[in-house]
Amino acid sequence: MHIVVCIKQVPDSAQIRVHPVTNTIMRQGVPAIVNPYDLFSLEAALRLKDEYGARVTVLCMGPPQAEAALRKAISFGADDAILVTDRAFAGSDTLATSFALASAIRKIQEDMPVDIVFAGKQTIDGDTAQVGPGIAKRLDLQLLTYVSSIVDLDLDKREITLHRRAEGGVQVLQTRLPCLITMLEGTNEMRFATMPNMFRAARYPLKQWDKDAAGIEDVSKIGLKGSPTIVSKVFAPQAKSQRAEIIDCESKEPKDLAVTLLTKMFTKYPNLPEEIAKVNA
Amino acid sequence: MSEATEQEPPKKPAGRRKFELDPRLASYKGVWVFVEHERGVAHPVSWELMGEGRKLADTLGVPLAGVVMGAPGIQARRFCEDAFHYGADLCYLMEDPVMADYRNQPFTKGLTDLVNAYQPEILLLGATTLGRDLAGSVATTLQTGLTADCTELNIDLENRSLAATRPTFGGSLLCTIVTLNYRPQMATVRPRVMSMPKKDDTRSGSIIEHSLGMIETDIVTKVLEYIPDNLQGKPQLPFADIIVSGGRGMKRPENFQLIWDLAKVLGAEVGATRPVVQAGWVELDRQVGQSGKTVRPKLYIAAGISGAIQHRVGMDASDVIIAINSDPNAPIFDFATYGIVGNAMTILPALTDAFRQQLATAKVAV
Ligand SMILES: Cc1cc2nc3c(=O)[nH]c(=O)nc-3n(C[C@H](O)[C@H](O)[C@H](O)COP(=O)(O)OP(=O)(O)OC[C@H]3O[C@@H](n4cnc5c(N)ncnc54)[C@H](O)[C@@H]3O)c2cc1C
Repeated sequence: MHIVVCIKQVPDSAQIRVHPVTNTIMRQGVPAIVNPYDLFSLEAALRLKDEYGARVTVLCMGPPQAEAALRKAISFGADDAILVTDRAFAGSDTLATSFALASAIRKIQEDMPVDIVFAGKQTIDGDTAQVGPGIAKRLDLQLLTYVSSIVDLDLDKREITLHRRAEGGVQVLQTRLPCLITMLEGTNEMRFATMPNMFRAARYPLKQWDKDAAGIEDVSKIGLKGSPTIVSKVFAPQAKSQRAEIIDCESKEPKDLAVTLLTKMFTKYPNLPEEIAKVNA
Repeated sequence: MSEATEQEPPKKPAGRRKFELDPRLASYKGVWVFVEHERGVAHPVSWELMGEGRKLADTLGVPLAGVVMGAPGIQARRFCEDAFHYGADLCYLMEDPVMADYRNQPFTKGLTDLVNAYQPEILLLGATTLGRDLAGSVATTLQTGLTADCTELNIDLENRSLAATRPTFGGSLLCTIVTLNYRPQMATVRPRVMSMPKKDDTRSGSIIEHSLGMIETDIVTKVLEYIPDNLQGKPQLPFADIIVSGGRGMKRPENFQLIWDLAKVLGAEVGATRPVVQAGWVELDRQVGQSGKTVRPKLYIAAGISGAIQHRVGMDASDVIIAINSDPNAPIFDFATYGIVGNAMTILPALTDAFRQQLATAKVAV
């Protein structure tokens, strides 16, 4: 079995700061990490490898530095890693990104057919959740998003059974390979890297593909040209014109503050007591 | 939204481009809202979007349509009626037994066929597990732009395009995204971000039927079973009318009991910030904010919460916000309705008592 896992390197958004005056993102010194959602998919792939045997290829599109994300994946136990990197990809939106990744997967297939593609549910920087569905559509794979567990895999029948999160419940789905799966967060825990895998990751001869190597001929499908969406404006959230009315009273005792607050609030919002009573009924 | 911008980010946003719509796209007219339903229940986000869609359609001077897809029967027609009551002028109805449950393949084909046949300029879906799954596939099939998780939708009157605003970079900034020479312009919006429109039962509209043209054997994925969630005891924050939330300022998990006490008196749901959830003080379903739930209660009480933007985007549509924080400069005071500067550990019990007394007198009054 051959599994491809698409991962992305993202800035650790917890550490991103916005310049207060220019409203630009201050990227300096912000560490890059593997998109956390991708790790649930990578771990799911590695578990399938443990149970059924598989070659796991990780695929990443990004700048040359993104090779760190791929080496990380190798240290967890992935077999091969390919970095698709080309200046021509700059400014790609989700449609252009899924085009590039789908092309690369087609190229990977020439070497060995792919049975399952995994992608992250979404990224923490783009947050769109659109790239996985986009790749599936382009490669005509069965799409299985928000998967909470893989129940069964029958490689002879080429059938897979899994649980998919729906809004009000869980769908138990059965489908045929090849398919594309995005795992729900929190459904597994990434293993620790083993010593031998860490050594392997450090020495692994990473493959770097430019757009030609990834089999992309039509440059109108990638980068800004291939992206229907355009960012027309970036701005800081508006401060609300009105600051909170700070409750104060002479004694400053919690009890008096609380009573003052309720008196003020119920005078200004006379319907609130009724609303509260309704909830309590 | 750019997924790969860090490859070599454009130094500044592309800005307003002078642009003329491709004449082949001029025939795309009207605003559509996908009506999502599961197990006989419409998802409220559909009606929230209908309210928003109504405004966009009125600005553009075009009709608003609902799209209802599902198994044949009375239920689907009832969803069409509801769509009219919430503002739709017409509905596109696609009924087929293979659409009894949501599956990507038939729904993608169905919605794509409808778009190609009737050509809307704007198509809105809820940012739910279903809506995001479907929108991503449909946009790729149609080769058009899709903007996820919008918090605001407007029409840029200069070129009649949809200006979709969404948080970016972990919510620290907002960006407005347009889809210029592609139609339809697609967007998803999370539940509770838009307000629920008033229902008008006197409204009606016309139904246009269209068939899917697939049979069960065409569809690869089978639904073996559907296990409904056991909602008993599960927090339902998005639709709660009163929420009491605690943040890291509560200091210790034991202190969170003060939050629960106040919530109990008010009949409120308990919410929390991300650090509190990550520390395991309360379950994930209670996280309010950008990576948690969006809420819009009548009353939101925030204790020991700084008011970081990622929390704020999930709750600042609340009608009344009470903030309790020991730091007079905490950002939450910039947008709360009322603020008490002080120690949450002493203010909360006092507030609980005050509300309890108020409720008791209200009961007597009745
Ligand atoms: C990508 C991303 C997504 C995120 N998503 C979310 C999200 O969905 N939801 C979310 O909440 N956060 C989210 N965050 C985290 C967010 O940035 C903040 O870190 C978080 O909201 C802060 O939580 P807090 O207010 O509980 O803690 P803090 O910011 O530490 O604030 C604690 C507050 O308590 C006050 N305090 C201390 N002691 C007392 C006392 N005795 N009495 C009263 N007040 C006291 C302090 O003055 C302070 O203002 C996200 C961050 C990122 C990067």
